[in-house]
Amino acid sequence: MIALEMYRSLPRQIAGRAVGARLPGALSGLAALRLVSHDEPRVTREGWARARTRLSGICGSDLGALAGRTSLYFSPVVSFPFVPGHEVVADLLDDCGDLPKGSRVVIDPVLSCAARGVEPCDGCADEATNRCDRITVGDVSPGLQTGFCSDTGGGWGEVLAVHRSQVHPVPDGMSDEQAVWIEPMACAVHTALRAAIRDNDRVLVSGAGAVGLLATYAVRSLTSAGPITVVAKHDHQRELALLLGATDVVTPGEALSRVRRATRAFQLRPVMGSPYLLGGIDVAIDAVGSKASLELAMHATRPGGRVVLSGMPAPADLSAAWFRELEIVGSYASARREPIGSAGGRGAFDLATELVAAEAVQQLADRIATYPLHRWREALDHAQGAGRLGTVKVTFDPRSRR
Amino acid sequence: MSRPGFVLEVDDRTPPLVVHEGEGFRLERFPLGTRVVYPPESLPTVPDVDEAIRDALLHPVDADPLPTLLKPGMRLTIAFDDLSLPLPPMRAPDIRQRIIEAVLQMAADAGVDDVVLIAANALHRRMTDAELRHIVGERVFRSFHPQGLLYNHDAEDRSNLAHLGLTDQGEDVEINKRAAESDLLVYVNVNLVAMDGGHKSVPIGLASYKSLRHHHNAQTMVRSHSFMDHKRSHLHHSAWRMGRLLREHLNVFQIETTLDNKVFPPPYDFLMKREWEWSVRDQASLLAVRRGLAVAPKRLRHRMFHDLRAPYGLTGINAGETEAVHERTIAAVHRQQLVEVDGQSDVMVMGVPYLGPYNVSSVMNPILATCMGLGYYFNSYRGAPVVRRGGAVILYHPLQADFDVLHHPSYVDFYEEVLAESTDPAVVEAKYEQQFATDPWYIHLYRTSHAYHGVHPFYMWYWAAHAMDHVGDVIWVGADRQVARRLGFRAASSLPDALEMARDTVGDSPSITYLHNPPHLLADVRT
Repeated sequence: MIALEMYRSLPRQIAGRAVGARLPGALSGLAALRLVSHDEPRVTREGWARARTRLSGICGSDLGALAGRTSLYFSPVVSFPFVPGHEVVADLLDDCGDLPKGSRVVIDPVLSCAARGVEPCDGCADEATNRCDRITVGDVSPGLQTGFCSDTGGGWGEVLAVHRSQVHPVPDGMSDEQAVWIEPMACAVHTALRAAIRDNDRVLVSGAGAVGLLATYAVRSLTSAGPITVVAKHDHQRELALLLGATDVVTPGEALSRVRRATRAFQLRPVMGSPYLLGGIDVAIDAVGSKASLELAMHATRPGGRVVLSGMPAPADLSAAWFRELEIVGSYASARREPIGSAGGRGAFDLATELVAAEAVQQLADRIATYPLHRWREALDHAQGAGRLGTVKVTFDPRSRR
Repeated sequence: MSRPGFVLEVDDRTPPLVVHEGEGFRLERFPLGTRVVYPPESLPTVPDVDEAIRDALLHPVDADPLPTLLKPGMRLTIAFDDLSLPLPPMRAPDIRQRIIEAVLQMAADAGVDDVVLIAANALHRRMTDAELRHIVGERVFRSFHPQGLLYNHDAEDRSNLAHLGLTDQGEDVEINKRAAESDLLVYVNVNLVAMDGGHKSVPIGLASYKSLRHHHNAQTMVRSHSFMDHKRSHLHHSAWRMGRLLREHLNVFQIETTLDNKVFPPPYDFLMKREWEWSVRDQASLLAVRRGLAVAPKRLRHRMFHDLRAPYGLTGINAGETEAVHERTIAAVHRQQLVEVDGQSDVMVMGVPYLGPYNVSSVMNPILATCMGLGYYFNSYRGAPVVRRGGAVILYHPLQADFDVLHHPSYVDFYEEVLAESTDPAVVEAKYEQQFATDPWYIHLYRTSHAYHGVHPFYMWYWAAHAMDHVGDVIWVGADRQVARRLGFRAASSLPDALEMARDTVGDSPSITYLHNPPHLLADVRT
């Protein structure tokens, strides 16, 4: 089968980190990624099945890994070489537990205890599968998720291996372009619930890429938040953010002053570094993961407020977290059963499947650009500049030869 | 004998004319037949300023001589106009310094020892020590400032405001408490244009937002025709009502001064002359200044202009009862600035210079440029506007989105947030004014830093409300297009382009009037 494979290459990682994110078009030339032909993943254990990818998204964390921006903290929980791609819509090629061969599914990429064939850890026992402690042991090689695991393959290949604990059937009538939003939407659901937003809380969503837009929609749909301010760089993101529930949309440059005005806070400017507020919003969600975005989220949050890390975070100045006594809350992937908020013990994927079916999300489905695997360089460059180019999501369709 | 202002009709012998545009100016060829309104030349100044001051204080209008009003043990407060007047700032010694020194001398002679000096800056920014020193002079500054007896009025210091009642129209009259509770309030004014002075001094200069909101609002401003004619300005009507109520509560001794038209010192004095009368030296100065400005970095260009100190001369001083004094003041201002203009035109052209009342030592941002052009210059008329209703106004200014964050922090938010939503003065007032006026951060900056009050950009926008309501088209020559669009206007790269853009409004061969100021002029439009 054909697949894109990420391999270990320190020089490329360094080069990618140096220029990959800065120069349009440079990422695809520097990324430690190659198009390979190799055997399909083998499936021998109970509960596992092969799946043929229909669509697989390019996520911000994929681009971060390819550009060498991902923290080395994660190095023990991936296994090289691996086929990236964890936002996957696929057809089962084998029976998978109670799901018959041919079923169209989306994948919860977390490789939890059930998939690894080990006794449930505390997290998995509580169905907080995203907190699994066994992601480096068991039947498959280390990997926090499908798409970072050498044994399972990933969505950027024609075929991958999936476990029954991971797959969720796609409702009939839902297009692949809508279905590919389910996994990121599940993450957004988890983020919205982790934010523990109270009635009429003011919320800031820093970033209006796919993560930010979905987080906005999830917050608006699942919580009783008050005004939601979204920080967006591009005009098309502004329209979508408003469509998905934002109260107002601001550019990064004006975000802090707009929050300051809305919350009647005081704004201070340190000798060096970015300005910050004394006062501010109740809950901020960092949906980018850059230093600037995270610092904006912290600097715009009131004392005792909450900052939710939805994007994979970059190193940042944590002075505000200490000085303003902020709650820094991580939000990684999604849980099999969301324990808090309006989820009522339901799974993030179930909620996400309902949310994705909504009219507003259809607008996102219409803004997907799809590439065959052999045009991966174009796809990555497109994904790198997606915001600028008016695209919300770039995906691979390994079946396509165009 | 100085020559009066006059109206030139451009013909084929007319040279290119100076048009101000921010921190620079251009030479513009106007279409044949354009009327150019030139200000009068400077009137003769008083020969002995100190003697004129003394005479005014000893022989006031409708009031007792100042020395008879001064008693031991009394509370005397001297309030004075802030740095928004005159423009450019006056070469030292400032006329206010000379008047204050004379008043203080008389107070000392009378044994008055409870004296406080207050800058009547209303919602303007606090002046720096250096700026205060320039106005009151070194001796007064050193004698009063260290003891806290010379300070800027703080319109947000609730403990130092006195609410004196409501006018018959229900307008709050709330002013500085020290001034309100004084036995005598002496107000020292610099009357640069006809809009200043009279009851616009105490009831506005020493007021709070609670009081100012009654006349600084879109509805009042749009009905003021014009601000330079206090008898036809609703803003002034309100101020007059407040002033008359104030009269029942405190004794005001108003001192008003009028200036000549010497706006520019050498080597810029050619800007005050009529172009066809430029000498070889003037033309050399023009060339040198233009070359210098062309190559100077922005910061240096800014300094070249903002370091100018005008060699103004005193044309008159009157003291006594506010309204009686102001009648004389207005007469003197009219003598210096009035130019008879026969009828309105389809198009009015104005160059907006580098300086307005609210950007002394800082940049003229787009909102201030709008206020200067569509507010003050447009309103420089008596009788009827220079441009007909539905006509076009063409202004010259770069209109760059440069804001001084020290002086104009609320302007940034007004520009980015409010004008993005609406440019209609009534809409922005209804939707946003309260938020900005009561924003604690803006209040903090106004009180402790050198920032204009949070509501100030709104007031600037309201100043332009009458013009926006009156004209059909506003086009800025040489302006940043995006900024002009944000303000609700259009930008053109040249005068011919601007006239082409205005065709739908004024036709193919419109009548054009160019107000050639500064120096200051007041068009007396006869219809």
